[in-house]
Amino acid sequence: MLSEGHQVSCLDEDPESHTRLEVGLEKGWEDLGGQFTVGTGLETDALLAAGIEKADAFIAATNGDNTNIVIAQIAQRRYEVPTVIARILDPLRAEWYRQQGMNTICPTRVAIDMLESAVREGAQREAV
Amino acid sequence: MYIIVVGAGKVGWNLARELLEKNHEVTVIESNRRRYLTVEQELEHNVTYGDASELWVLERAGIQRADMVIAVTGDDEDNMLICQVAREKYEVERIIARVNNPRNRPHFDLLGVKPSVSATDLILRLLEHEVPEYGLVHLLDLQEEQLEIIEMLLGKDSRVTGRRVGDLSMPEGSLLISVLRDGKGFVPGPDTVLEAGDEVLAVLDPGREDDLKVLFGPAVDGNGTG
Repeated sequence: MLSEGHQVSCLDEDPESHTRLEVGLEKGWEDLGGQFTVGTGLETDALLAAGIEKADAFIAATNGDNTNIVIAQIAQRRYEVPTVIARILDPLRAEWYRQQGMNTICPTRVAIDMLESAVREGAQREAV
Repeated sequence: MYIIVVGAGKVGWNLARELLEKNHEVTVIESNRRRYLTVEQELEHNVTYGDASELWVLERAGIQRADMVIAVTGDDEDNMLICQVAREKYEVERIIARVNNPRNRPHFDLLGVKPSVSATDLILRLLEHEVPEYGLVHLLDLQEEQLEIIEMLLGKDSRVTGRRVGDLSMPEGSLLISVLRDGKGFVPGPDTVLEAGDEVLAVLDPGREDDLKVLFGPAVDGNGTG
C-alpha cells in the first residue's frame, strides 16, 4: 500500500519487525514515507503515536483473535476510524462479529474455500 | 442460579467453591489441560476443559441457559470478549469481568462490559481506608447512577469543627447524610454542631470530592473560620 502512494503506519510490540518490513525494499521504511511504532494495540499512547486519530483505515492483524477484536472495536468506537478491518481466525466468531457490523477477514475460511476448490478441480481432472 | 465461571486460577477455583457451597449450579471453564486436571479432582463434573473464547465451548457449557457469566482469567482481552459475547449473543442477564491491568478498564467500559472488578483498584480503596492521610474514603461508587458516598474524618484543624451544619455552604451536588461520633451514627440536623473526631458521610455527584476536601479539610492561614 505504501508503494501505491498511501501513508502507512505500522504498530508492533516487537522492534525486530521493523527489519522484516524492509525486506525486499530498496530504501529504508521511513525513507519511503512509512511510519513504525513499537507498542501494543491496547495502549492508548501507542495508538495515538501511530496516528490513529487521523487514520482513514485501521487494520487489526496481530496473531491473536481476541486482541484484534478488542482493538478493532476501540478503533471503531473511540476513534471513529471510517474503515476498520479485523483478522479473525475462528470462523464462528468472524461470522458473528461480521453480523454485528464489523468488517472481518477470516483466513481460515478463505483457506478452506481454496483447498476445497483445489480438491474439486483435481477430482475433475482425474475424471477426464 | 446457573453460573459459568471462566478461568480456574486461584480466583475462579475459590469462587466456584463458594458458589457451590451456596447451592448454585456452577460450571468452570479452564483452557490449560494441567490446571484443568488438578481442579477436576475436587470440582469433578463442575469443571470443563476448553478455551471459552470459542463459541462452541461456551455452548457446550450451556451458556444459553446461564443466569450469570463471570470471566476471571488472567487475560483482559479474553475476559472482555467472553462477557461481551455472553451478553450480546447469548443474552445472559448478569456478567462480571475481572480487570487484570487497571489501564484496560476504559476498554471494558467501551465494550459495554460492566461491572468489572480490578484487584488493584480494590487494594487502592483499602489503602485509602487504612491510611488516614488520604482524608477522604470512597464507601460506594454507583457508576451508572453517577453517585458516590464518601467518608471524611474531621481533624482538630478542620475548617468546620465547632460550626452548625445549617451554616455550612455545602457544594452543589452534595449532601451530608450522616455523622459518626463516639461509635454511634446519626442523621445531622441544621443545629448539629460538628466536632473534631467526627466522621461525616456525604453523598455527592462524582467529581465533587475536591470541593468537599476543601470544605472539611484543615483551615488555611488567613482563610480560617475564626
